[in-house]
Amino acid sequence: MILLVLLLPLFGAALTALLPTRARTMLAGCAGLVASVAAGCVLSLFPRVRDGGTIRETISWVPSLGLELVLRMDGLGWMFAAVITVVGALVCLYARYYMSPEDPVARFFAFFLAFMGAMLGVVCSGNLVQLVVFWELTSIVSFLLIGYWHHQKDAQRGALMALTVTGAGGLALLAGVVVLGQIVGSYDLDTVLGAGERIRAHRLYPVALVLILVGALSKSAQFPFHFWLPRAMAAPTPVSAYLHSATMVKAGVFLLARLWPVLSGTDLWFWLVSGSGGTTLLLGAYVAMFQHDLKRVLAYSTISHLGLITLLFGLNSQLAAVAAVFHIMNHATFKASLFMAAGVVDHETGTRDIRRLNGLMRFMPLTAMLALVASAAMAGVPLLNGFLSKEMFFAETMFLSSNGWLNLALPLLATLASTFAVVYSLRFGYDIFFGPPSTDLPRAPEEAPRWMLVPIGLLVLGCVIVGVAPERAIGAPLAAAARPVVGGLLPEYSLAVWHGFTPPLVMSFVAISAGVLSYLWLRKRQERGLFQDAPLLGWLNGRRLFERVLIWVTLGARRLLRLVGTRRLQTQLFTIVGLSVLAALLAARGVALVWGERERLPASPAFALLWVIGAVCAVGAALMAKFHRLVAITLVGGAGLVTCVTFLWFSAPDLALTQIVVEVITTTLFLLGLRWLPMRIQEIRDRVTLRDRARRARDLLLAVGAGGGLAALSYALLTRPAPYSISPFFLSRALPGGGGANVVNIMLVDFRAFDTIGEITVLCAVALTVYALLRRFRPPAESVGLPKQQRVLPPDVVTDLAKPRTADDAARGYLMVPAVLTRLILPVSLVVAVHFFLRGHNQPGGGFVAGLVVAIGMLMQYIASGAAWVEGRTRIRPVRWLAFGLLCAALTGLGSVAFGYPFLTSHTAHFALPLVGEVHLPSASFFDLGVFAVVVGATLLILTALAHQSIRVHHHPGRTAPPSQRRRTG
Amino acid sequence: MEALLALVIGVLCGAGVWLVLRPRTFQVIMGLTLLSYAVNLFIFSTGSILIDRPPILRPGAPEDLEHYTDPLPQSLVLTAIVIGFATTALFLVVLLAARGLSGTDHVDGSREES
Repeated sequence: MILLVLLLPLFGAALTALLPTRARTMLAGCAGLVASVAAGCVLSLFPRVRDGGTIRETISWVPSLGLELVLRMDGLGWMFAAVITVVGALVCLYARYYMSPEDPVARFFAFFLAFMGAMLGVVCSGNLVQLVVFWELTSIVSFLLIGYWHHQKDAQRGALMALTVTGAGGLALLAGVVVLGQIVGSYDLDTVLGAGERIRAHRLYPVALVLILVGALSKSAQFPFHFWLPRAMAAPTPVSAYLHSATMVKAGVFLLARLWPVLSGTDLWFWLVSGSGGTTLLLGAYVAMFQHDLKRVLAYSTISHLGLITLLFGLNSQLAAVAAVFHIMNHATFKASLFMAAGVVDHETGTRDIRRLNGLMRFMPLTAMLALVASAAMAGVPLLNGFLSKEMFFAETMFLSSNGWLNLALPLLATLASTFAVVYSLRFGYDIFFGPPSTDLPRAPEEAPRWMLVPIGLLVLGCVIVGVAPERAIGAPLAAAARPVVGGLLPEYSLAVWHGFTPPLVMSFVAISAGVLSYLWLRKRQERGLFQDAPLLGWLNGRRLFERVLIWVTLGARRLLRLVGTRRLQTQLFTIVGLSVLAALLAARGVALVWGERERLPASPAFALLWVIGAVCAVGAALMAKFHRLVAITLVGGAGLVTCVTFLWFSAPDLALTQIVVEVITTTLFLLGLRWLPMRIQEIRDRVTLRDRARRARDLLLAVGAGGGLAALSYALLTRPAPYSISPFFLSRALPGGGGANVVNIMLVDFRAFDTIGEITVLCAVALTVYALLRRFRPPAESVGLPKQQRVLPPDVVTDLAKPRTADDAARGYLMVPAVLTRLILPVSLVVAVHFFLRGHNQPGGGFVAGLVVAIGMLMQYIASGAAWVEGRTRIRPVRWLAFGLLCAALTGLGSVAFGYPFLTSHTAHFALPLVGEVHLPSASFFDLGVFAVVVGATLLILTALAHQSIRVHHHPGRTAPPSQRRRTG
Repeated sequence: MEALLALVIGVLCGAGVWLVLRPRTFQVIMGLTLLSYAVNLFIFSTGSILIDRPPILRPGAPEDLEHYTDPLPQSLVLTAIVIGFATTALFLVVLLAARGLSGTDHVDGSREES
């Protein structure tokens, strides 16, 4: 059931994203339906959590690692889920009328529902890490929602700031949760909640507490992280009504409530939480009095009210925690309706400036009534819900038994903040709806559409009902929600409008009368142009501080990057190789370099001679690669051949076969590329500076070090007894399990076939990338013409060839004899390929080798006869080979799934054919066929794409423009 | 024999590292090829090196590492050879494209020499 509630909005988000982007009614209907169904599901769960019950749903994901999705709902989670879904449904209805027909609302509703899902994930998580994941998700989606009108500069800035602050807070929270998990030994919420004593006594408790508080306080816009919330008012008003009153900012206080049984009860908790909350309560209320933008008044008032809740949680008293939970609910109702009312005013008049708005009562009486009731609830007027929780708060500050000055300071603070709240509520309510009607509004005000007022009306009705008959309206849900917070046993409290003539009532009375008087005093001064900005707080500009910090961080990062970073490949590679050598040396620290006792193979002079050649080839290639590329390619090929013989020497025929065919192809590839490399620049050699020499010496040192290190490592390895290996398993299972005698091949197509699937996928990807890159390839200007050697035909050459240099295809020109020979070889190479393929299971060979042999056969035709000749006679479609190969391999794998075995299980069929006799046909052969096709396709695609460059250039002689022009056309 | 094999692995690796650190793209690609030989031989040699005992089952021989070379490093290296070919091809094409765009074959795309 909880899973359904969680998935519903997420699927709804995906669905709304696909609907027509401006169909407001359909989208709002769809989103509203999703939210309503989710709300219905949540509300129906109430009986199960009513008396302290907990619903737990576990969906295992990787059971062996203990990874699972744990959904958990108790009273607190239920209360939040109810607020999230019910307010969400109301906001959907509201947004239908608020958003303009030009807005791409599909995006809005998709984000909106995604946010709802993420928020539900936060409140229904039964695992702390999972909670953090959803927590960060809410930060990201709120970024998208705040920046919904992304063409507006302030929306961009506000979204970025909100993301930076809450996202960074989320990271701190993650760290805190990890510390908490280390203390408890589990991330499971139930386990953590049961380990309160142990956590508070642990020496890492302060670390965990501070980190978690940074996350919670930044999310709930508490001092000193409060500054992002007013900036986030650039969001569309439905977003503010949802995120910044009822849900997102409540996530922080939700976390405080969630972990209250575990983390609270210490002095550190008291000072940090109530200190931050108290400061925010006063500061937010104070600043709110001087705002002129309706939404900013509400934003600062939200900050202040969240401060109130935080302060209550910080008081370490069970009654205060109950009051905090109560205020969370009350604040969500009246603040959401106030945001919506502010949106209505903005929508109908075109401005949100309190100084310009006056006497709206005449034009929009319904809105005015609703807004007035809601702002009275915000101010804490009796018979409304705000009054009740505020009175509980007053009572707590009065009766908190603590030391010295706090006894006096807390009630004072509470009364003062409450006075401020009355002032800003009056400014919001009274200022804009009463007085002489304003005449210079951007739009002529009129009453809003009826359906836009319905959500506001419902919320305001809630305020009144709870305010008049609290016990009957909200008693049971409040008890259910508060019970898990205080740890199971509720303290004595009474929800009633009238408690008699008590100190809290006096405080309320003082606050309201002082508030009204201050409002009148302030209004007079503001009309004369005084107090346009909050006095005394000019220096405390969180936004400026934030921006300065960001600039410092950016500059610092840039400087650090300049200091330690480089864009030069040589430096990077040197660092990589150097660090690898260093790491190897460090790992070998304390291990003596001794050779093992394994029996040595007798040295063979032939092998030594072979590797004298190999070493000469390698070193020669290193020396020649700068100026003599052809020589270098030849020498590298030589080293490759020697490597190939080495494989053969030490009983690896499969490797030798593969190495030699790959060697042929790679060399051809290099030769094809050679044509596009620049000529030698003579003057460079003349200015070899001392610095160059130093660098070369350094590189040489590193090369010798790396080579020597690897040699020593490999000798040490070769002389020690071979470690325990899993290979005997492959050896013994190859025949019964894989149906073949060639163990290497069986491993490739059977035991490790999954790996091979990955490998041939990489091959396909590389081939297609090469093809795509070369389609846009523009060769450098000087390489475009015919090579110098081909351009002139000396007059004294006597030849019997037809048109030696200028023939259309090479096969009729100077390569006539090789062309004929290669054509004769083609069928032979095809037969060889078939032979290798068929015997691959039992003898050296297999799909790889067979594919490469076919590719070489075709390649030889290309080389000797020219691409035009080959493609005039046959059409090879390498991309189709790739597709066929991949499909064949994948289908073979899936075939075993169809028979109920794991992916890629192989089966060997035995049957007898006339003339041939008994045949073993393993299913792995089809897999090998796929490998074969992919290898053929990939190799041919790469090489022919490269070869075609020459033809293209000759076909488009106009392409020889200077580089700058070419880039523009390409 | 072991010393010889270790030595040649070292020589191939050293030559490869030297080339990889050079400023020309062609040198780097040659260096990568040599390095891959070295690494392939190294991985191959982590199994036991035996003469005339290929991992192709013969009737009657017990299936252990005394009578067959280790097939596991071999299959790893076989994969590595083919993947190495693919990356070399990709690198070559990137090299050519960079050369066409920047007008130089310096690894950083500028003419600063060393």
